[in-house]
Amino acid sequence: MRWLWIDAILLHEPHTRLVAIKNVSLAEDHLHQHFEAGSDGPAQPMMPASLMLEGMAQTAGILVGSVRQFKEKVVLAKVTEALFESDVFPGQSIRYDATIERMDDMGASTKGVISRFDHRGGGWIDIGRTEIIFSHVDQNRAGLDLPEHNFVFGENFRAILGGLLPKRA
Amino acid sequence: MSHDDIFTKVQGVLVDALGVDDDEVTPTARLTTDLHAESIDFLDIVFRIEKAFGFKIGQGELFPDNINDPKYVNDGVVNAAGLALLREKMPHVDFSAFAADPKLEKVSEVFTVTSLVNFVQNKLAASATA
Repeated sequence: MRWLWIDAILLHEPHTRLVAIKNVSLAEDHLHQHFEAGSDGPAQPMMPASLMLEGMAQTAGILVGSVRQFKEKVVLAKVTEALFESDVFPGQSIRYDATIERMDDMGASTKGVISRFDHRGGGWIDIGRTEIIFSHVDQNRAGLDLPEHNFVFGENFRAILGGLLPKRA
Repeated sequence: MSHDDIFTKVQGVLVDALGVDDDEVTPTARLTTDLHAESIDFLDIVFRIEKAFGFKIGQGELFPDNINDPKYVNDGVVNAAGLALLREKMPHVDFSAFAADPKLEKVSEVFTVTSLVNFVQNKLAASATA
């Protein structure tokens, strides 16, 4: 399994906004532990909020990385806000809508809105919001021994990033 | 904007950024040792102060850039040239206690709530005269 929590990018407004989507499938193993059947009732698979936060972090991180053509290593530094008001179940889709609030050499502050789509009707409904700060790790290395290659935007992301990535040499 | 108004806004910034209570944010409280700010919180504080007061803060303007340069630091101790640089670049900070034992690893301890208030006051005064 790959650590990818978005399926596709729907919209990219350079330097400003990135929207990504994830379809939640019952084929995902993790859903069967969250929550499995127990003495308190039958299994109730649903998308963990922590992984929705990761999906938003990947969306916002790609947006921040794209500003400098993925030359900087962009790492999640701090989640200043994460609010989830509703659950997401298999068969539903999640939309991550990330915007940059502020960015400089040291890092970036982003806002995100998480929405859910029920294919049986109801349209998109906002179910959460986030504020995440990213650090440009090359500018804030603080003695950390990190690899020189860009381990953040590696091969895993290539299929999703498509045209956002610089062409292969 | 009065000193008290600035203090109140700075207090709000630190409550939001660090998850501390209002009454912990006293003028003499140190961001690291008293309010438990970590290095990445400094970036958050910079962003929030910009938003709260409507001005831009340059890199290294509020908190120092990495000064770990042999010109300024020897064996982990900030030398006289380093101290002079810090005082010149950061007039909002009181370095007197730090100067007595200027270990680089302790430089983040110099930042108090008052130093943030002083910084904002200086920035607002500079923009008013510009």
